Amino acid sequence: MHNFENCTKCTVCTVYCPVSAVNPSYPGPKQAGPDGERLRLKKPRYFNEALKYCLNCKRCELACPSNVPIADIIQSARIRYTRSAPSLRDRMLAETDVVGRLATAVAPVVNTALRSPAIKAVLGATAGIAPQRTMPAYARERFTTWFRRNAEESQKQYPRQVTFFHGCYVNYNNPDLGRDLVAVFNAFGIGIRLMADEKCCGIAKIANRLTARASRDALINLESIRCAVAETGNPVVATGSTCTYTMRDEYPHLLGLDNADVRDNITLAVKFLYSLIESGEVTPVWRDDVSMRLAYHVPCHMQKLGWTYYTTSLMRMIPGVELTVLDADCCGMAGTYGFKKENYRYSSEIGRPLFDKLADLSPDMVVSDCETCKWQIEMSTPFKVENPVTILARTLDLEKTAARNRKNH
Amino acid sequence: MKFDTVIIGGGLSGLTAGISLAEAGRKVAIVSTGQSAMHFSSGSLELLSCPGNPIEAMAKLPSDHPYSRLGADRAARFAAEVPGIFARAGIKTAGTHEANHYRLTPVGMFKPAWLTLEDYITVENPADIPWRSACVINLHGFLDFYPDFIAAGLNRAGVSTRTVAISAPAIERRRESTTEMRATNIARVLHGDTAKELARAIRNAASPDDEMILLPAVAGFRDFEASRMLKAEVGRPMAYVATMGTSVPGVRAQLMLERRFTALGGTYLPGDTVVRGHFDGTRLKAVETANFRSDLLHARDFILTSGSFFSRGLVATPERVEEPVFGLDVSTPVRSPELFNKDLFSPQPFMKSGILTQGSDFKAMRDGLPIENLHVCGSALAGADALKEGSGAGIATLTALAVSEKLKNNN
Repeated sequence: MHNFENCTKCTVCTVYCPVSAVNPSYPGPKQAGPDGERLRLKKPRYFNEALKYCLNCKRCELACPSNVPIADIIQSARIRYTRSAPSLRDRMLAETDVVGRLATAVAPVVNTALRSPAIKAVLGATAGIAPQRTMPAYARERFTTWFRRNAEESQKQYPRQVTFFHGCYVNYNNPDLGRDLVAVFNAFGIGIRLMADEKCCGIAKIANRLTARASRDALINLESIRCAVAETGNPVVATGSTCTYTMRDEYPHLLGLDNADVRDNITLAVKFLYSLIESGEVTPVWRDDVSMRLAYHVPCHMQKLGWTYYTTSLMRMIPGVELTVLDADCCGMAGTYGFKKENYRYSSEIGRPLFDKLADLSPDMVVSDCETCKWQIEMSTPFKVENPVTILARTLDLEKTAARNRKNH
Repeated sequence: MKFDTVIIGGGLSGLTAGISLAEAGRKVAIVSTGQSAMHFSSGSLELLSCPGNPIEAMAKLPSDHPYSRLGADRAARFAAEVPGIFARAGIKTAGTHEANHYRLTPVGMFKPAWLTLEDYITVENPADIPWRSACVINLHGFLDFYPDFIAAGLNRAGVSTRTVAISAPAIERRRESTTEMRATNIARVLHGDTAKELARAIRNAASPDDEMILLPAVAGFRDFEASRMLKAEVGRPMAYVATMGTSVPGVRAQLMLERRFTALGGTYLPGDTVVRGHFDGTRLKAVETANFRSDLLHARDFILTSGSFFSRGLVATPERVEEPVFGLDVSTPVRSPELFNKDLFSPQPFMKSGILTQGSDFKAMRDGLPIENLHVCGSALAGADALKEGSGAGIATLTALAVSEKLKNNN
């Protein structure tokens, strides 16, 4: 039986497709997915280039009453049937790790250039990057460099060790988030280690059809994860919902790689921390001077992981935090999608209900588990967005938490 | 993860039970696999499709019917609670359980209904419609609405009806993709200036002689704002008629009930599936879900509102009918010729298939033994042919309130 045969043609997927709502050139999830697949099996020439408008948010799969892997069917078809090679622009956007390594080395120069209207105009005209966008700034020092110089040695004092998959974003754009994670775990009496060899999770490469590269990196990551789990007896934690989702589900579904032995051990830091606190293994001591109105934006892949509960529960534990959970709407960025010139208009239209809601709410800060949601919201609204781990680092009394959890050991 | 109650199934029945318990201060989680049948709602809820008083008509139902299990008094009491639950979620309804009114179907028939969302067309008596002329307006290129059928139905009922098609630029753009020009996608662009443009087109198309303007239900995706605004802009008697395909008012009701549930502190877990139960003798201790795995969902009580065949609350194979999560006892476990009627449009006995339950609180059973804290509500229950009876929404909400009352009284 083919994976599209459970489709009953009910069209509930279309109801929740953010692209279908704004872009009439997109055939919609039912047509692009199960309906189209039937035709493509017959003759590959029925493949429609407009499938590139799918932003792989998985909301169709979440809505489907019949468990049809609609977005997987669409993404697999793009990988399998697209004739043209990925463009230079797409390659550049997809090579988050290579570009990140080069850019952090000369971060001040690159950051100034990326903000320059002249450079943006050139990128727009020659490379197809939406000129309205500002590419995310690069850090002067990579997270891994900081970790090895300043933190690695002190981690050995902790009897329990957890491995951190930092991803490209923490390493090249936001090492502060990595430092926050180390601080929070250390306060709970847990040491952090890095993977033996970490590659980009590969989502940008998968989205831009660099599948062979993505698979090569994925195999290295899976091997490192297996070693980490065997050595520490703990899962590997990440801060980004998309990296986590990719390694758990896109590896088997889109790259055909078997990760069944370690899938449950690829997790988000918020899930790991929530479970520790809920089971009473660790005790948080919160600061007593917190007063914040937070709005939580649920990233699409967090929604697909089904783990919103962990982030919202942690945020609700914090005395002085007033949390509003926003309607789960796609922000429209979807990784590299929103940076592309041809998608800019749709990307903004998709995010509109979210931006309007934030304007109404005017929170002190937005919380989200996804870095590309952060970029979209920060570029489109006046609000600052932080990962829940950063919120924890700022609201925990780290010293008292450390003292309390030392006593427990 | 610990809750007072975990509800498996996030449609009308699960949300009704969830809201009712959360309103009483209970900590509730709802696990929902895929979206519900509410997405195909007619805009009306039916208790029992009959002329007159649906509660009185319940007396004629067989003793194993969920309504018979409730009894007429309790059925009437719970039915009276439903409009309040909807209203507190922001959904105003017309109608009462004491007398059915009539809704207008997408093919121009009048059918009895219990509650109808505020902006829909209803009549008390199809033989005596107070407006004598109508204009049915469609949008160019919208294929899920058949004005001629509706006009024919109204003309039969003595209302002089004409049809006209209009458009507005933002809606015209949707025509680029015929398969995607669905009611819900129109609703997603129909606000602000687009709604004003459309209102202008409606005013131009309607003649002063039209006593009623009827429009397909394509306004108000998340709330009633757009549908109310469009009516106000038109400024004349206007009401909506159900469309074919996915239903804007159904989606809106689902989203508004979800929002109400989470605003009350409820945890709604979309896209997750309960894969197994952890039992302690005849008690269900916890459930394991596909997303949470070893983080089990513990609760004192569990409610199964996973629906019938469409939602896979029941799974039929060529040989058997099964309840797939816990392997509960079902009314027709084995396929037999008596379950089918060769005339497709006659009542199909297999439609009465469902989960067998015990007691006034609908306890589920396994191998003939009741599970003390697992209750079943809604279309998963055996004994009703909701489609033929016009009883789906009534069973969903009334059994949910019956179980919720029992759980509230327990502790």
